[in-house]
Amino acid sequence: MLNHTPKEIYEKKSLVINPAKTCQPIGAMYAALGIHGCLPHSHGSQGCCSYHRMHLTRHFRDPIVASTSSFTEGASVFGGLSNLKTAITNVFTIYKPEIIAINTTCLSETIGDDVGSIIQDADVPEGKVVIHANTPSYAGSHITGFSNMVKAMVTYLAVADKENKNGKTNIIPGFVNPGDMREIKRIAKLLGVPITMFPDTSGVVDSPMTGKYEMFPRGGATVEDIAAAGKSDLTIALGRFASEAGAYELEKKCKVASSVLKTPIGIEATDALVMELVRATGADVPYELEEERGQLVDIMTDTHYHYHGKKVAVFGDPDIVIALTEFFIGIGMKPIHVLTGTPGQSFELEVNEMLNKAGVEGRVKSGGDLFELHQWIKNEPVDLLVGNTYGKFISKAEDIPLVRIGFPVLDRSVHSYLPVVGYKGAMRVLEMVSNALLDKVDVDASDEDFELVL
Amino acid sequence: MSCKKCLDKVMDTYPSKVKKNREKHMLIKDSDETQEIQANTRAIPGIITNRGCAYAGCKGVVIGPLRDMVHIVHGPVGCSYYAWGTRRNKAKTKGDEKNFINYCFTTDMQESDIVFGGEKKLREAIREAVELFNPAAITISATCPVGLIGDDIKAIAAEAEIEHGIQVLAFDCEGYKGVSQSAGHHIANNILMRDVIGTGERVEPPKYSVNILGEYNIGGDGWEISRILNKIGYDIVSIMTGDGTYEELKNTHNANLNVVQCHRSINYISEMLETKYGTPWLKVNFIGVNETIKTLRNMAEYFGDQELIDRTEEVIAEELSEIEEPLELFKKMCEGKTAFLYVGGSRAHHYQGLLKEIGIETVMAGYEFGHRDDYEGRDVIPYIKLDADTRNIPDLHVEKDEKQYRLYLPESKLEALKEKMPLGQYDGLIKEMKDGTIVIDDLNHYETEMLLKALKPDIFCSGIKDKFISQKMGIFSKQLHSYDYSGPYAGFKGAVIFAKDVSAGINTPTWSHITPPWKKEPIIEGEINEGVIPC
Repeated sequence: MLNHTPKEIYEKKSLVINPAKTCQPIGAMYAALGIHGCLPHSHGSQGCCSYHRMHLTRHFRDPIVASTSSFTEGASVFGGLSNLKTAITNVFTIYKPEIIAINTTCLSETIGDDVGSIIQDADVPEGKVVIHANTPSYAGSHITGFSNMVKAMVTYLAVADKENKNGKTNIIPGFVNPGDMREIKRIAKLLGVPITMFPDTSGVVDSPMTGKYEMFPRGGATVEDIAAAGKSDLTIALGRFASEAGAYELEKKCKVASSVLKTPIGIEATDALVMELVRATGADVPYELEEERGQLVDIMTDTHYHYHGKKVAVFGDPDIVIALTEFFIGIGMKPIHVLTGTPGQSFELEVNEMLNKAGVEGRVKSGGDLFELHQWIKNEPVDLLVGNTYGKFISKAEDIPLVRIGFPVLDRSVHSYLPVVGYKGAMRVLEMVSNALLDKVDVDASDEDFELVL
Repeated sequence: MSCKKCLDKVMDTYPSKVKKNREKHMLIKDSDETQEIQANTRAIPGIITNRGCAYAGCKGVVIGPLRDMVHIVHGPVGCSYYAWGTRRNKAKTKGDEKNFINYCFTTDMQESDIVFGGEKKLREAIREAVELFNPAAITISATCPVGLIGDDIKAIAAEAEIEHGIQVLAFDCEGYKGVSQSAGHHIANNILMRDVIGTGERVEPPKYSVNILGEYNIGGDGWEISRILNKIGYDIVSIMTGDGTYEELKNTHNANLNVVQCHRSINYISEMLETKYGTPWLKVNFIGVNETIKTLRNMAEYFGDQELIDRTEEVIAEELSEIEEPLELFKKMCEGKTAFLYVGGSRAHHYQGLLKEIGIETVMAGYEFGHRDDYEGRDVIPYIKLDADTRNIPDLHVEKDEKQYRLYLPESKLEALKEKMPLGQYDGLIKEMKDGTIVIDDLNHYETEMLLKALKPDIFCSGIKDKFISQKMGIFSKQLHSYDYSGPYAGFKGAVIFAKDVSAGINTPTWSHITPPWKKEPIIEGEINEGVIPC
């Protein structure tokens, strides 16, 4: 397994090997699915749309439907105007969505299609909406694409109304699973804080089996919800890389104050979310939530010897990795390798600061790849690897347990229904981390050291 | 609902232009007529097609499985990322050979590369790959922006060959070329034929030497086929391209017969091998017990030695004795069911026999990227009108190589065999479908939904993008691109694994829970008191 990866660190300048990111459009497609009644549309070659649907479907194990402009060589030469106009007409006639959310691709960006103008000229039925985000695959990552589509939702849909504030708080959840979105909504509900979450893929990509296929399931933030986000008092953006741009756009466009927090993975980040909601709305924290937090602290202390002092390598999307790193430091682990494929110096600054504060010496990189992470691990081994499914090659090659958190998880199921955010989610992360380490203890133990109770 | 009514209903929703286009892509089988179907034409913008792109067909399908080469994808990160480990083309490292199957290589083009050109980056990426891995050879696959900005990947490949002393192949498989993955198959076939196949030394091959063309070792199919062929006594020179290597590919001309599993993706090479080296090709089907037996008998008859014919029968008997009982058991569990088959360019045909062997009738079948010859048979090829999209894919013309051309069988014998078996011939999918069944090309999301609702098959064999749509309706869906991570499904043992998986999918008790109990029976209980008039 990965036998040709040498231990000696090789500084690559041009070749990316085993990437830790993918391209913008898939993130935009995922964000668009968080609008109720939305058909994401990929303005480019068929392959992009096919690959993105394939990958999202494999992660969520639910139907992911999106249309494409089906570029041919002719369209690439003469521009995609005609393809997109035809597509908009066909989509509204045949599939009847409430809204089409278009993402561009490297192809349509390179030839310079002005999608905004094409939309203005397109035949859009009364009461229906078309929005778009520029998502060139050659800049940023899938997280950038998610962020760009969230921003586009605000740009196109949010309406300012200073006179008629609705007393709500907006929450942009970031590129997380529907299970996480549900958990964030549950916490807000427990606190009695009325919120608008957008995008919200719960009820869309985790829809129930009823014997009937619904092309547009019940879930998702409605166009009206997003329009009314302009009347809220505050926007909480969870995760800077995925959510900040949308919140700032809302602040600029509709003068809704914004607050950028970490993705609420782990006790500290969840505390920060709860405190922000309490401060903003004067809500009381109910016993139910306090009890959950207390249970989490109880578990953290009771099980600390499973993971305290263990070295861990964390990789994946920047917002998730930052939050996980904070949580791991907070339970006494040593995140000595921390890497994201998404470019962004602020990632390195933030993680380095956390590590310095905790006295952990580690390697931190944004815009890195898994070849590099593997080389780091060969030079300084870890006890645990935490990241998406692509970590399984390193995990097997180096015999290190892998805890699957993030996107995509292609080889395990049910993960997208269960949260890693909030106090409950933190319990789940602890369970996964503990179990992975203890399973390894059991597998490796000699007969005389094999223990019933751990 | 009848098939005709159902198709009419689908057409009613379509805008007139869409209707005009789509109605040519579907038919209800009627053996009294010569039926024509439109295929390999552009998908309509906005129509939710399952089709992919030329890059997916070239790198993803044909060249990706070659395990000892470093496949560099020149483009933004996504294209290489999505083709990384997602097609289940298994590959085993032999000895100290190199195997890069679990690696993913990309130049990860950035905005500056798009603006100023990506040639420098590609050159450097090749250098880094050579320094790090010293592979047998390197491929470069172009993605959409590469062709648009004009990076000359052919020139870079040529330079790199001189610099590094290994072969570097450039594939102009930009995603927008052609109308589906099929264009990419053709592009890959051309380059492999022109630059690799036949570059190994021409030697006298072992008597029963064969190449298996169009077999990508999904779920280990190629290994199961090889097991059977080796058991009979065949020497497999090269599997193209599942678990294949650069070295094997170079020697593909050293075989006495080419057998073609996936006609669509590899027929260009099989034709060219015959023209250039004289090796005939036989259309085979290793899916299903009867088709596998037929294939093995055809192969034995081609070589014509009684010893081989006897050995073939021995192996067939031995293999059958092991599978008849379990297969019968699964047949009992599936008997009388119906299936939709919507897969690539071969499997929608290949699996019909296997399904039938376990009692399942195919009532709808179609290809995602097949051509008319895959539906109607190769006889139709001279009559296919090529549109601009297809004409843009270069056609490679090879000529007889006088030095290396060799006929294993005299032409008269070959001609006689052609009467008995599909030598250089493929009759297509339609011929074997029952009257009244539906054939649809490039089946789209709307048609899928409507047909599933109307005809309610018991199993829908398709891919991941359709799977959960079907299952939400309570119809089991079996992925026939990835086999739902099971397999092998080819050959004798594969048939049993397929039957077991299908039987489990159709019969899993989980289906029984779809309707909650409170929707099945009344839960409001009460009693009527005498003297009280219920309102």
